[in-house]
Amino acid sequence: MAHEHAALQHHFDDMDQQLEASTLGMWAFLITEVLFFGGLFAGYLIYRTKFPEAFDLGSHELDIKFGAINTAILIGSSLTMVLAVYFAQLGQRMKIVFFLFATLVLGGTFLGIKAVEYSHKIHDGLLPGPGFTFDSPIADQVRIFFSFYFAMTGLHAFHMIIGAGLLSWLMYNAWQGKYDSSYNTPVELVGLYWHFVDIVWIFLFPLLYLIGRN
Amino acid sequence: MSTAVFKPSKSQLADQPDGASNYLNAGFSAKSWLLTVDHKRIAILYLISITLFFFLGGLFAVLIRLELLTPQGDLMQAETYNKMFTMHGIVMIFFFLIPSIPAVLGNFLIPLMIGAKDLAFPRINLLSWYIYSVGGLFTFAAIVFGGVDTGWTFYTPYSSTYSNSNVILVAVGVFITGFSSILTGLNFIVTIHKMRAPGMTWFRLPLFVWAHYATSIIQVLGTPVVTAAIMLIGLERLFGFGIFDPKLGGDPLLFQHLFWFYSHPAVYIMILPGMGVISEVITCFAKKKVFGYSFIAFSSIAIAVLGFLVWGHHMFTSGQSVYTSLVFSILTFLVAVPSAIKVFNWTATLYKGAVSYDAPMLYALGFIGLFTIGGLTGIFLGTLAVDVHVHDTYFVVAHFHYIMVGGAIMAYMAGLHFWWPKITGRLYPEGWARFSALVIFIGFHLTFFPQFIVGYLGMPRRYHVYPEEFQILNVLSTAGATILGVGYLIPLIYFTWSLKSGPKASANPWGAKGLEWEKASSPPSQYNFEKTPVVTEEAYDYEPTIWLK
Repeated sequence: MAHEHAALQHHFDDMDQQLEASTLGMWAFLITEVLFFGGLFAGYLIYRTKFPEAFDLGSHELDIKFGAINTAILIGSSLTMVLAVYFAQLGQRMKIVFFLFATLVLGGTFLGIKAVEYSHKIHDGLLPGPGFTFDSPIADQVRIFFSFYFAMTGLHAFHMIIGAGLLSWLMYNAWQGKYDSSYNTPVELVGLYWHFVDIVWIFLFPLLYLIGRN
Repeated sequence: MSTAVFKPSKSQLADQPDGASNYLNAGFSAKSWLLTVDHKRIAILYLISITLFFFLGGLFAVLIRLELLTPQGDLMQAETYNKMFTMHGIVMIFFFLIPSIPAVLGNFLIPLMIGAKDLAFPRINLLSWYIYSVGGLFTFAAIVFGGVDTGWTFYTPYSSTYSNSNVILVAVGVFITGFSSILTGLNFIVTIHKMRAPGMTWFRLPLFVWAHYATSIIQVLGTPVVTAAIMLIGLERLFGFGIFDPKLGGDPLLFQHLFWFYSHPAVYIMILPGMGVISEVITCFAKKKVFGYSFIAFSSIAIAVLGFLVWGHHMFTSGQSVYTSLVFSILTFLVAVPSAIKVFNWTATLYKGAVSYDAPMLYALGFIGLFTIGGLTGIFLGTLAVDVHVHDTYFVVAHFHYIMVGGAIMAYMAGLHFWWPKITGRLYPEGWARFSALVIFIGFHLTFFPQFIVGYLGMPRRYHVYPEEFQILNVLSTAGATILGVGYLIPLIYFTWSLKSGPKASANPWGAKGLEWEKASSPPSQYNFEKTPVVTEEAYDYEPTIWLK
């Protein structure tokens, strides 16, 4: 038998089988995630159809500048993530670390901007709950809009935080020189996850910020 | 894939004492169990946990049946009773039935059946047990702090706004446990796709594996939706989000849709693995090739797919549109087709087989009968006009207990007896096992058949008091539950006894077909097989019986 790769786990026959299994596992996990967000998207669509005026009003309260900048940042972070995967396949250690770091910084910036945005909304009394204030006869329905806004962007931000943890773990391993052209599965899989979280935002941005603004 | 002799690396042998011949004596420390990544040991961890929850859930059932012995509320008040049936449902469904066969038998057997050394993700497998345990602890804490009274269905706005019980703790428990279920399903899907031994083609897979594949699809696709719904309940209770709050224009029905989108398929999570067990047991004890292999295999997939299209039949009386109900009613009838295919094929497998009646077979035959009754009454309930009358009566309770207890638990018992020699390396006492199978069968019918009648006569579910004319049937039901309880205690005793004192089992005590019997010892070695097996024959390739020669 050929020399075994250090990263080969005992229950796999070879690296190919291990890679295929891990990749399929990540895709199956992402399908789960689609359904997880899917429940919320379904709810959003139902209420958007039921209360179009309230959702338009709510949408106008959101700051399109923050949303647009964050969209650009996330798309940029997907680019740096792709480059990290690319250099992992080439086995260029410092470049993997650099681009993972760049992705992490962009992700962190996104979360920072999101935090500022949240604090504005909470300050304006738009967090659903007893303190919710909105001057309109359909304020209750606007509150439902903001329930979806906070639930969906909150869940998305939570996924970003998990992603940031994964990126840090990858950076440490990459620094240790664990990834090269023969083994870089974790970088690739975290990349898949990161792009998924990115795509969720690509849906959230128009649904929450843009529709209703004409 | 190579067929080379498998040599574990040094690190994997580190905690294995010299002379270890199987997975049970490969390390005795607590650490060797609690940090194991061996699918067989993780299955044992699950076996212990779910047994605890089974008897905990059973305890609530005992209290329910005791209260219902008389028409008055003499043992407990309405609030306490509400908590009893809620905790019974939550514990039994989320912490026993859903993990039962997949996490114990599936975990143990799938790698053995397909000729793999382990599941694809051993550490995720261990993680899923820990996640399950943490979820269990939250639920247990909720019970200690006074329980929850929303019904296992958590219907809004009661659960989101009005209930004064520990909804958050239980919701967190169920939320967390959902991830354990997702990870198990994900692990099985990848394992079945990527870890099969050479020659183990899809259509040579044991039907047990097909059933688990179908189950895993539901776990991966359905569970996240209920997770999202429960998350929204939590946000609504904690922060006052208004998505399900009718005062704000929110719609409680949305919760029911999201909930049943998972929870109806979830009943197939509970029954499909059982059907897989039955296929194995029937073929072994009829010593005959299964009738219509591909029909049984694809009927599992069909049940998984159709299962996602019928959730609205739980909501016929909820106020959803009558046209929606009509469509859901028709789709519900469709599920009967693959279910019936299975029942007919098992029966046809028995035809002219060399049938023997050991305990696993008794349970399997019991399953076929009880599942048929449970399934057919499901058709009554799926019929729109009938459901409007029997909705929320004991008829519904009886129906799903025929499927869940008569189906899923009978199958679980069949599987546990069938593979007990493989799992523990010991034989259980056959006489006692047959006796307890009979006790369970009798106790079961006595408990739940009267509930069909009392429900049809109009006794509603979820009340601690009832009109006096229903007392006779309720006394019968409580008497049956007592017998059923004894029937479950006997196996607990003799299984425990057999661990030390049971005769040693040979590798294949039943003369069964399948890699786990033919290529692995009892109990299996730490890495399952001496060398990767090569599969050259179809599943259930039993010698034709004399009549067919």
